[in-house]
This record gives sequence, structure tokens and C-alpha cells, in this order.
Amino acid sequence: MKQDIFQAIADPTRRAILTLIAIQALTPNAMAEKFDMSRQAVSKHIKVLQECKLIKPEPSGREIYYYFNPKKMQEIDNWLAQFRKIWETQFNQLDKVLSTLKKQKK
Amino acid sequence: MKNGLLFDFTVDKTTKTVFITREFDAGLSLVWDAFIKPEILDQWVAPKPWVSKTKFMDFKVGGRRFYAMVSPEGQERWAIQKYTSISPKTNFKYLNAFADKDENPELPGSDWDFNFSEQNGKTKVIITIYNESLDRLEKMIEMGFREGYAMSMKNLEELLATLSQSR
Repeated sequence: MKQDIFQAIADPTRRAILTLIAIQALTPNAMAEKFDMSRQAVSKHIKVLQECKLIKPEPSGREIYYYFNPKKMQEIDNWLAQFRKIWETQFNQLDKVLSTLKKQKK
Repeated sequence: MKNGLLFDFTVDKTTKTVFITREFDAGLSLVWDAFIKPEILDQWVAPKPWVSKTKFMDFKVGGRRFYAMVSPEGQERWAIQKYTSISPKTNFKYLNAFADKDENPELPGSDWDFNFSEQNGKTKVIITIYNESLDRLEKMIEMGFREGYAMSMKNLEELLATLSQSR
């Protein structure tokens, strides 16, 4: 099953990682150091973030740097805008229904 | 008709909570009925051209509404709402889950909380959705706006194409 983006950003450590690499691309070792975590723990978080494309790896020599992917965040906002639109449509329909019902009562 | 009526939609992505506030130009009793009576619900709850078809609805704590959104082509998307709390004309809550046509829910669902209050002849409805997932939002979007959905899939395709080119 593909990773749920909401799940990915629901974790405080992963949010911190995103905030950090939004400023500067980092290697897993540098992340482990900054967060005082094991390399293993960092790898798990990286895997989740990478699976939903919130970060992307960029090899540089023998190291891999991870970059923040702002387009993916934008994509979430686009999805949500559509969800908002559905509600707008539904509520406008309800306005019409209510106004009809009000007239019937009179 | 929608002019001047409050509409607010915000999402807390980190806690997966959706907040929706909408004002209606009608009294509390009428608006309450529009949310709890299947014959009224079916008139507005599906974004056109989809229609809502309630198979059964038992509005009491522990009761359920089993309904389908039906596309113009006759495609049916089933969902179940199970009422977990009701305070007449003030608040009700349900657990919402997509389902198959045999009433088997796709768990976990999301928790919906509806609050109603009247002021100066207008009724404000505050809806809070907890534990919403992007997958479910995608499904709702797909149900509601097939064109919009197709368009965003196209956007996604283009995005992915751009990304793979820049690699």
C-alpha cells in the first residue's frame, strides 16, 4: 500500500526533518547527528518521506543528500482545494432545498 | 442566494482534521432536518451530477445510514455512517466509512462531528472531521468531481514527467 501523506507528516520527527531539509539538503548521517538518533531510526523516517515523494535523494560522490520536494506539498493543497469545492457545491444545493422547504411551509 | 453566508474550510494536515463552517439562511429546525432526514439529505448531499440514494437510515445512537452515491452512468459508491452520539438540534456524531454494496465497511473510517446553532434566523453548522486520510479524500474527490479528478491526475502526470526529466 502506498504511503499516506497525512500519516507521513503526522509524526513530529518527520516534520522536523522536513523543516530542516527545506532549508538545506542533508545526508542521513547529518540528520542522525542533528536529531541525536540512530542511523536506523533515521532510515525509517527517510523511507516513509521518500515513498510519498516529500523528499528526494540526490547522490553526490559516495553520499546521498535528501532534498525537500515543495511540489508534493503543493499537490496536497490542490487536492484539498477540490475537497473544499465539493462542500461548496453541496451547500449551495442545500441552500436551494432549504429555500424551497421554507416556501412550502408558508 | 449564497451571498453573505459564511463558509470556512480549513485542514490541519498534521492532525488529519478537517474543519468546515457554513451558515444557512434558515431556522435551526429546518437545517437540522436537512441533515437527519433521508428524503431531504438525498436532495442535496451528492454533488451534481451524482445523486444520493439512501437505502436505509436509522437516526438513533447505534443506528446507521447506508447509502450510495450514484453516477450518471449508474456507477454506485456505497458508504455507511454509524451514529455514535445525538443531542437533538444541537449536535450529532457519526463514524463514516466507505463500503461495498453488501454493507461491509472499509475500516478504519473517519469521525464526523456536526454542531448546530441559530442566531438571528440563520443557522450555523460546524463540521469537524477527525482522522481523515488523503486516500479517503481522494475517493471523495473522485466521487464528487470526476472532471476535476481527471484534471488533477493529468497535473500529477505532468508533475511526475517534469520531475523525472529534472533527474
